[in-house]
Amino acid sequence: MQEDKYADAAKHDKNKGGFGMKLVKKDDFLNFVNTLIKNDSRTVVGVKSKRNKFIYDTLNSADELRLEYDVTMLSPNKYFLPPTETLLRYDFTGKFSVQAVNEVTPLIIIGIHPYDLIAIEQMDKVFKDSNPDYNYIRKREASILIGTNIQNVSSYAFSGSMGAATTDRGFDLMLTNIGDKYAIEIGSIKGKNLIEKYAKVSEADNDTTREVQRIKTEIGSKFEKQLNFSSEELPKLLEENYDNELWEKNAQKCLSCGSCNFVCPTCYCFDVQDITELNLKTGERIRTWDGCLLEDFAKVATGENFRKDRAARYRHRFMRKGKYLYDKFGFIACIGCGRCASSCLPDIADPCKVFNSLKEVIE
Amino acid sequence: MNNDSIYLPRAATIKNINRFTELENLFEITLDDGNPLGHKPGQFVEVSIMGIGEAPISVSSSPTQSQTFELCVRRVGNVTNAMHRLKKGDKVGIRGPFGIGFDTEFLKDKDILFICGGLGIVPLRSLINYVFEHRADYRKVTILYGCKAPHELLFTNEVTAWGQRKDTELHLTVDAVPEGEHWNYNVGVITTLIPKVDFDINTTYAVVCGPPIMYKFVIKSLKERDLPDDHIILSLERRMKCGVGKCGHCQINGIYVCQDGPVFNYTEIKDLQEAL
Repeated sequence: MQEDKYADAAKHDKNKGGFGMKLVKKDDFLNFVNTLIKNDSRTVVGVKSKRNKFIYDTLNSADELRLEYDVTMLSPNKYFLPPTETLLRYDFTGKFSVQAVNEVTPLIIIGIHPYDLIAIEQMDKVFKDSNPDYNYIRKREASILIGTNIQNVSSYAFSGSMGAATTDRGFDLMLTNIGDKYAIEIGSIKGKNLIEKYAKVSEADNDTTREVQRIKTEIGSKFEKQLNFSSEELPKLLEENYDNELWEKNAQKCLSCGSCNFVCPTCYCFDVQDITELNLKTGERIRTWDGCLLEDFAKVATGENFRKDRAARYRHRFMRKGKYLYDKFGFIACIGCGRCASSCLPDIADPCKVFNSLKEVIE
Repeated sequence: MNNDSIYLPRAATIKNINRFTELENLFEITLDDGNPLGHKPGQFVEVSIMGIGEAPISVSSSPTQSQTFELCVRRVGNVTNAMHRLKKGDKVGIRGPFGIGFDTEFLKDKDILFICGGLGIVPLRSLINYVFEHRADYRKVTILYGCKAPHELLFTNEVTAWGQRKDTELHLTVDAVPEGEHWNYNVGVITTLIPKVDFDINTTYAVVCGPPIMYKFVIKSLKERDLPDDHIILSLERRMKCGVGKCGHCQINGIYVCQDGPVFNYTEIKDLQEAL
C-alpha cells in the first residue's frame, strides 16, 4: 500500500509534470503552513534559524520558516535514521521477553533542498534493498516531503557539480520562489491531496513554468565551488588513487572526531547498545549514529583493529562516497552539500578539494 | 506488526555447556520455536544477551545435526563473558544464520586441505564434520590444526577421533610447549606443517581459518607449493555488528563481510589491501 509512493515517484519521473504545477501567493502559503500545523494530524517540521545557523525543527508557526536558508546543520535524514533510536525493548521479569519497537511520528517536512532529497532517495535504496529495515522504512513512508529550490548557495557547497542542485523527483511538493508567489510542483498523489485539502492555489501558466525552469537552470552556475571534472569520473579516479599519498598527508591532521560522518546526509553507519533501566527489570536496545572516522569503528572484541591507521579511515570515507557505494547501489553518495567541509576543524574533509587534488595529481 | 524487524532475535535455550578450556565453552543451543537453525557450514549467528548486547559467533556444528546447534565461544568481550556466566536452561537471543558459508557442493569430488589456527577450528569444524557425514562425496581430507600451546586445543576428543580415521590425515602443532605440558606432535607455527603434507595442486582446495596474522603466512606457504589462488578459501573475522549489511562496521573496502562473506575465495579479496 505504501509502495504507491515510490510507484508514483517512478511514474512521475517518466511523465514529467504529470501532477502539474500550481501557484500560491506567499501569504496564502503561510496560511497553508499554519493550517497544517493546526489541523493536520502529522507533525510539521521545517527549516528554522538557530543563532546564525539553520536547522530542521518542529514549527510552531509558519513565521519561523526560513526558506531562503543556504544549508542546514543536519539533513532531514535525522528524522528517518535518528541519532538515537530504540530497536527493541526487553524485560527481564519473564524468561526471555523481547519486542521490536518502531516509534514512528508521521511528519510533514518543509523546505528540503534538492541535494537532500537526492540523499533521501539514496538512503531509501540502502534501507529498502536487500534486508529491508522497517525502522527506517516506516518513518520514511509516514512522511510528506516538501522541497524548495535553492535561493542562497552555501559557500561550502558544490551540489552543481554533483548533479544535485535540482531534482525532478523524490518530493511530494516542490516550491520555487518567484517574487510574491511560490510555484508548487506536485510530485505525488500525497502532495496533490495535501494541496487540495489545505491550500489556496491557482493554476500555473506557461510563463510560470518557464520561469521555474529558468531558475532551476541558473542555480547550477551559482555554486562558487566546482569539481574540475565530471562527477561520473569519480569511481574510476578513486580506484586509481587508492595508494595516493594525499590520504596520508591529509590524515596527519585528522582528529578522528567523526564530525564529517555525523553531518553527512549519506552516512548511515550505526552502533547498537543495550541500555538497561535502573530498576533492572526492563531496558532498550538502541542504535546510535557511528562514524568510520572514529578510531574504534572496525575494532573487534579481541582487540584487533582492522582500520587502525587514521589514513586508512580517512581514505575509507572518500572511497565509500565515490566508489564503494557506487559499485553496490549505482549512485555517488556525495551530494555536494558541503556540511562535512564546514564541520571539519583541520579543514581536510572537503570532498570537492580532495577530488580536485586527486584529479590534478593524475594529470 | 513490528515482527518484521530485522533486529529482533528469536528466543533460544542453552541445552548443554561443555567447558573446553579456561576461555572457551561449547554451547549446545536450540531455538524455542522448534525450527532447525538451517545454517550452512561457515555461517554465523548474532547472539543476544539482553542487557549486554549482541555478538557475531560462528556456528560450530554441522547442519546435519539439526535439532540443536553448537557455538564455541571464547570469552573476550562483554557479550561472550556474559555468555560464560549462563547455565543450562538459560535463554539467549539468536538472529541469523547470516553470510555466505562454505560451498559444500563445489567442494564435492575435491581434495580438501583444512588449515585451522587457534579459534579458526570453530567455523571449520562445521564443515569438517559435514564432510565426514558425507564422506563418499569428498576425496582426500587433510587437517592441519595448530594452537599456541597444548592446553588451548579445542574439541580434543573429536580431533583425536579424526586422527584415527583411515580416510583422513591429521597434523597437529603448537607454537610452544610450556613446562609441565605434554605434547607428542609437531612444535612450530602452523606453516611448519605445510611442507610436511603431500597434496595435488590440481585437485586440492585449501580451506583456511585462523587469527588475522596467520593468513599472510599460510597463503605464502601455499603459494610456495604452487597452489593456485582460486584453490584457497578463507573465512575472515570482522566486526559484524548488524549482520544484515547496514551498520558498516565489517566493511573491507567495498565488501560487507557479513553479507558477502565471511567465507571468500582468495581471488575475491587478494587485491583488497584491507582484507589480509
